[in-house]
Amino acid sequence: MRFLAFAEQRENKFKKPAFEVIRAARTLADQTGGEVVALAIGSGVRSVAPTLGGHGAQKAVVVENPKLEFYSSTAYAKIVADVARQQQANVVLIPATAMGKDLAPRVAVRLDAGLGTDCTALRVEGSDIIATRPVFAGKALTDLRVNSSTKVFTLRPNVFTSGAGDEKPADVENVDISLTEQDFASAVREVRQAASKLDVAEADIIVSGGRGMKGPEHFRMIEELAEALGAAVGASRAVVDAGWRPHDEQVGQTGKTVSPSLYIAIGVSGAIQHLAGMSSSKYIVAINKDKDAPIFQIASYGVVGDAFEIVPALIAEVRKLLGKG
Amino acid sequence: MKLAVCINHVPDTAAKINISSDGKSYDRTGLSYIINPYDEFAVEECLRLKEKHGGEVIAISVGSDVHKETIRKALAMGVDKGILIKDDAIRDSFALARALADELKSLSTDAIFFGKQSVDYDNSAVGLMVAEMLGLPSVSVVVKLEINGDKALAEREIEGGHEIVEVKLPAVFTAQKGLNEPRYPSLKGIMSAKSKPIEEKHPSPTQPKVEVLSMNKPPAKAAGKIVGTDVHAVPELVRLLHEEAKVI
Repeated sequence: MRFLAFAEQRENKFKKPAFEVIRAARTLADQTGGEVVALAIGSGVRSVAPTLGGHGAQKAVVVENPKLEFYSSTAYAKIVADVARQQQANVVLIPATAMGKDLAPRVAVRLDAGLGTDCTALRVEGSDIIATRPVFAGKALTDLRVNSSTKVFTLRPNVFTSGAGDEKPADVENVDISLTEQDFASAVREVRQAASKLDVAEADIIVSGGRGMKGPEHFRMIEELAEALGAAVGASRAVVDAGWRPHDEQVGQTGKTVSPSLYIAIGVSGAIQHLAGMSSSKYIVAINKDKDAPIFQIASYGVVGDAFEIVPALIAEVRKLLGKG
Repeated sequence: MKLAVCINHVPDTAAKINISSDGKSYDRTGLSYIINPYDEFAVEECLRLKEKHGGEVIAISVGSDVHKETIRKALAMGVDKGILIKDDAIRDSFALARALADELKSLSTDAIFFGKQSVDYDNSAVGLMVAEMLGLPSVSVVVKLEINGDKALAEREIEGGHEIVEVKLPAVFTAQKGLNEPRYPSLKGIMSAKSKPIEEKHPSPTQPKVEVLSMNKPPAKAAGKIVGTDVHAVPELVRLLHEEAKVI
């Protein structure tokens, strides 16, 4: 099988999920006997493309154009599909990020391919790839097979391993795809990044607050703990609906599904739709006054008590440990 | 403006999901259903555009007769008419998108709205597939939308920020929470929804490309331990996170 892995970059830095899809492709290619081609799209991305070799790509295809500096749903989809055809890829792997989720459905249509989205595991069975993906925000898991000759999968960030191996730098091939104005029918004009804000979807540690925080003003201590840990701030649906926190922090079935190494739930009772979105976290800490709160049933470590006393003590203890006190 | 909004009928987010006896799908017994939460934002945005620019809003759903319940909800909110593409077969995103695209092609709308994802199978794919099939530009996960003549300026959510996207109409938009505050149907709306038309269509089915082999409950988390109560537990908690879990 030949694999094409989409190496997402922003500002000519590859995102961690890019390394995850390349490594996943390499693992599958090693089992099936095949090659991994990474694809980098952008403006000025060529110089960093060889580094993709160390992550498992034998070859890096680079498509460059000043107009490709920002993401374009239509142009990027055309490029990915055209390169997949040129490289005779049977399997296309794309990170299930904001960009990848927007891109993959268009790529699948262009390649007349079935799409498995937001996969959390891929395995080889005979001549097939079987993908595991959560449905209902994790309340159930499905195994699926794509029956079309070309297959597209998006992989959930933070689930697959990444990391540079001892492989040599990738051979870089420049590919020119002719693009018309029509190909930029959907194009990003501007990116507004919230000042140094770490997103729950990308964070390795999340500190989340629920209704037990009693009011928006008390989220200062959630932010402080998050800062001490280098974590992102998360929130339950109740506090987002109450307007205490912005929606982009919401974790759960109508928010983001996350699987960080550590999820600290403070004053979160654990409604089923919240648990669905975070129960695949590696370690879960629950801090809650109510010892019968459902969150304790899935927590690795629980502390029963008043968050307003526990959290300041926890901040101090963490700072002491990490030498920031 | 002629606007279409594609909506889905999904199990309530508060529902527990059980696996049916075929081991490949979920058990529908006793589940209560709602309009897909993200689709409510899509419906609301269409209604606001209609109030501002005039025109018509059509709600479309693919599924069995029970989807009429959700179409009625959209009609009660103020949508003008409904279309039910009748199909009970198991479908993947591709086949669903094909059925919708075939119907939408003949409607020639100025804009097509979806929720950013359906909270049952969570694929976030159908809206964008429809856009590609119809050769239309799109903006997904939209939290802010301004329409001026035949141009739209949309803000979409990305990791830790927003992207500003300009597209020419007709275009496809998928709605994210935060785009607006959906209205509750008024009593008058609910009454008038009963007399609004729901047209039924019978498409020729498309073969799905994705086959679900099995559906399972996730492995149960081993019950954790209570480290202790109150502030006294904090040093031990931090020690466990550092030495046992090694996550900090």
